[in-house]
Amino acid sequence: MSGQKKVALIATQGTLDWAYPPLILGSAAAAMDMEVKIFYTFYGLDVLRTDYEGIIAPQANPAMPMKMPFGPKWFQNINWPIPNALMGNVPGFESFSTSLMKKTFKNKGVASVPELRDLCIDIGVEMIACTMTMDVFGYEKEDFVEGVNYAGAANFLDFAADSDIQLFT
Amino acid sequence: MNDIKVDLELDCKGLSCPLPVLKTKKAVDGLTTGQVLRMVCTDKGSIKDMPSWSERTGNPILKSEDDGEIFTYWIQSK
Repeated sequence: MSGQKKVALIATQGTLDWAYPPLILGSAAAAMDMEVKIFYTFYGLDVLRTDYEGIIAPQANPAMPMKMPFGPKWFQNINWPIPNALMGNVPGFESFSTSLMKKTFKNKGVASVPELRDLCIDIGVEMIACTMTMDVFGYEKEDFVEGVNYAGAANFLDFAADSDIQLFT
Repeated sequence: MNDIKVDLELDCKGLSCPLPVLKTKKAVDGLTTGQVLRMVCTDKGSIKDMPSWSERTGNPILKSEDDGEIFTYWIQSK
């Protein structure tokens, strides 16, 4: 298609809060007939793994609201004021808050990260895994879902140079 | 305008951004030119998102309804 808008996204983080934005923007852009490439590098590579878990670390995100995904609405809307120092010292707090967050997303009708990632590939978003960081972290192509492409910085920059939107997400 | 013939129904109630847009795109792509999709959703963001999507992709919204909780769009395939 001539005059097709191009979108170049860079994803460097793999935690739940960082995994979502490039997938949401990428899939929406593709649905708007734009050509989209997401360059996954460093910890972003985790999102492409077949066994992606996705955690969230509340200690590292002081502005993250702590809410419960069950009970009546007034209860769900309470923002629990848990001090950072406490969160860091409770064993298992991270996995506990991760499961609460995933439940909240599900309750609100938000697709899971693996679902959204697969939708992206399905709708034609090109997922590029950075081969250099794959090598550094010891990832093999077998670790990743089907449909992923493999390249380095120059290949992505060549696309980004002619893109209408370039975002570090 | 009250009697728009609907060729395909799509229920996106309960789904959040960007799923209504993705599912709408997929559904409209499966239609032939001139056919109409009726999409129903509860995503408040759709009030702004659907017109933007429509303008960008060139699939016109023939009619929309908003009762505060349920949003309905009649979209014609280009």
